[in-house]
Amino acid sequence: MNESLKAQRSVESGSPPVVPRDDGARAPRIEARFRKRNSSAGPEFTLDVEFSAGTGFTILFGPSGAGKTTLLDCVAGLVTPDAGRISVGEQIWFDAAQRVGLPVAKRHVGYVFQNLALFPHLTVEQNVEYGLAHLPQAMRRKQASAMLQALHIAHLAQSSAREISGGERQRTALARTLVTNPAILLLDEPLAALDAATKAKIIDDLRAWNRTHRIPILYVTHSREEVFALGEQVMMLDAGRIVAQGTPHAVISAPLQETVAQLAGFENIFDALVEAVSPGRGTMTCRVNGDGGPLVLETPLVRGGVGASLRVGIRAGDILLATAPPVGLSARNVIPGRISALEQRDVIVSARVKCRVEMEVHLTLAARDSLQLAPGKEVWLVIKTHSCHLMQQ
Amino acid sequence: MAIDWQAFWLTLQLAVTVSAILLLLGLPIAYWIAYSRWNWKFLVEAVVALPIVLPPTVLGFYVLVALGPRSPLGRWWISLTGHTLAFTFSGLVIGSILYSLPFAVQPFAASFASVDRKLLAASATLGASKPRTFLRVIVPLSVPGLITGTALSFAHTMGEFGVVLMVGGNIPGVTRTVSIDIFDRVQASDYAAANQTALLLLAVSFAMLAIVYGLNRKAWVVGPGK
Repeated sequence: MNESLKAQRSVESGSPPVVPRDDGARAPRIEARFRKRNSSAGPEFTLDVEFSAGTGFTILFGPSGAGKTTLLDCVAGLVTPDAGRISVGEQIWFDAAQRVGLPVAKRHVGYVFQNLALFPHLTVEQNVEYGLAHLPQAMRRKQASAMLQALHIAHLAQSSAREISGGERQRTALARTLVTNPAILLLDEPLAALDAATKAKIIDDLRAWNRTHRIPILYVTHSREEVFALGEQVMMLDAGRIVAQGTPHAVISAPLQETVAQLAGFENIFDALVEAVSPGRGTMTCRVNGDGGPLVLETPLVRGGVGASLRVGIRAGDILLATAPPVGLSARNVIPGRISALEQRDVIVSARVKCRVEMEVHLTLAARDSLQLAPGKEVWLVIKTHSCHLMQQ
Repeated sequence: MAIDWQAFWLTLQLAVTVSAILLLLGLPIAYWIAYSRWNWKFLVEAVVALPIVLPPTVLGFYVLVALGPRSPLGRWWISLTGHTLAFTFSGLVIGSILYSLPFAVQPFAASFASVDRKLLAASATLGASKPRTFLRVIVPLSVPGLITGTALSFAHTMGEFGVVLMVGGNIPGVTRTVSIDIFDRVQASDYAAANQTALLLLAVSFAMLAIVYGLNRKAWVVGPGK
C-alpha cells in the first residue's frame, strides 16, 4: 500500500472505526436490464442480462465468448443495446423505450480496456492528463502527479507510453482512468498477463482506492484468484446470460451450468452420484458408473447432499499419467487403467485410457517417448481433487 | 535562355496552394470516408478515386465547361468577380484540386482507418468530444499518411499537364506551368532547353519523394505497442 492512498483514507475514515459504506447520492447503483444481439462475431450471439451493482467490486466471471466485454461496452455506451435500460444513480444512461442514449463522453465512466489502449504518441504523464482537459493546466499537473505517485509510476512521467513495461502500462492505464474520478469503473481483465507479484501489488492499490471512492466497479476476469481477492459480488456469465450471482464462495463453489464447462473445454465429462460428503475437509466422494464398474472420485465440496446427481468435468491436461503405481502423492485420486489408443495432435499426444470409464489424457511428445507409452500399456491416472469440476446435470 | 523561371515559380506556387488546400479539404473528406457507416459510402469513394483513372483531358474538359460562362457556377463567379474562372490561376487551382484529390484523400483515409479503434473508445470514455479525439489522437497518429498525401498531391500538381492545358491554356505568368513549357520547347524542337527543364522537374520530384520516404522511415508507429 502506498502513502498517499493511506493518507487519503485515514482522513476520510477519521475517528469512527467503521467507514460508512454508502450515503445515498454519493454511492450510486448501476441498474441495468438490456439485450444486444450480435451476428457479426461468428455464430449468432445474444447478450441478455439484468443486474444491479452497488458500490465496490462486482466481478464478471465466465468463459471467453460469454459476453463480458460486450456487457461493459454497453454500459460504457460504446455499444448500443437493442432494448432495455441502463441507469446509474438518478441518471438514465440508456433507455430504448424513451430513446435516451447518453453519449460516451458524458457518462464519466472509467474504462480500462483489455489491451489498455494507451495513447502511444503521448508520454505517461500526458496519458494520465488526457481525461482532465476541463481543468486548468496547474490543477491537471497536480492531480496527474498525485495519481502517478499513488500508483508508483511517478518516475515514468516523461517516458513514452511505448517504452514502458507491461506492469507499468497497466498502472498507467489505471492511473489515466482513476484520475478522472469516474462515476463507475469498468475493468476488463486489467491484470491479465502480469506476474503474480505485480498482480498482488496492483490489487492492493485497487482495493485501497476502492475504500476511499465508493463507486460501482465492474471487473471482468478469468482468474479465480482475482475473484476471491477482490470479489464482494460475483456474476457468472455464460453464453450471454447471467447464470449465477452472489458472493464468490456461493457462486464459485456452486455446481456450474454444464454449458460453461463445455465452453471451458472439458474433454472428460461423466455423470456422477454423490456418495459421501466431508464438509470439514471441503471435499466429497462421487461415484461414476462406467462399463467396467463404478469409479470413485474425491472432488471438491459443492451444494447438494448425498445422493445428488451431478456431472464431473476433468480437463485432459489436468491428468497425470504414471507407468508404475505412484506412492507418496498429495493427489487423492489414483486410478489404474490401460492405454487403449494414442494419437499425436500437433505437439501434444492424446491418450485414451480405459479405467472402467474411458478418459482422455494429454501429454507432451517427450513424456510419451520417455515413458515408452503404447496401446495396451498398464498405467495409473493421477487426478487432483480440485481438477474435478462439478456441474449440474 | 534555358529554363523558364517564371513558369517554374508559377508551378511551385500552384503546387503549394493546391497541396495546402487539399490538406485542409482532404481531412474532413478522409475522416468521413474512414469512419462513416453509410451504406452508399463506396459511391463517394469511387468519385474521389475517379481522377486516378480518368484521362486528364476529360477532367479538364468538364472543369472548363463548369467554370465557363454558360454554367451556373461560372455565371455565379462572373457576377461575383466580373471575369471568368477559365484561363486564370484560380481556375487552375480548382482544376488541380479535383485532379489531385485522391492523392491526398486516399493516404489520409488509409491512415485514419488504421488507428486502433480502442484508442478512439478510450478517448471518448475520458470525456473527449469527437473533434478533440480527431485532433489529439487521430491526427498525431496519422502524421505519416498526412505527409505522404500532401507530398503526393504536391508532386502530382507539379507535373500535371492535361488539366492545366485544358483549363488554363498557356498564358505566361498566369497559367503557363513547367510541363506546358516543356511541351512547347519540344514542339519548337528546342530539345536542349526541354531537357534542362525536364531535368529540373525530375530533380524536384525526386527530392520531394525522397524527403517523404525519409521522414516516414522514422519511428512513426501507428497504434499502440512498443
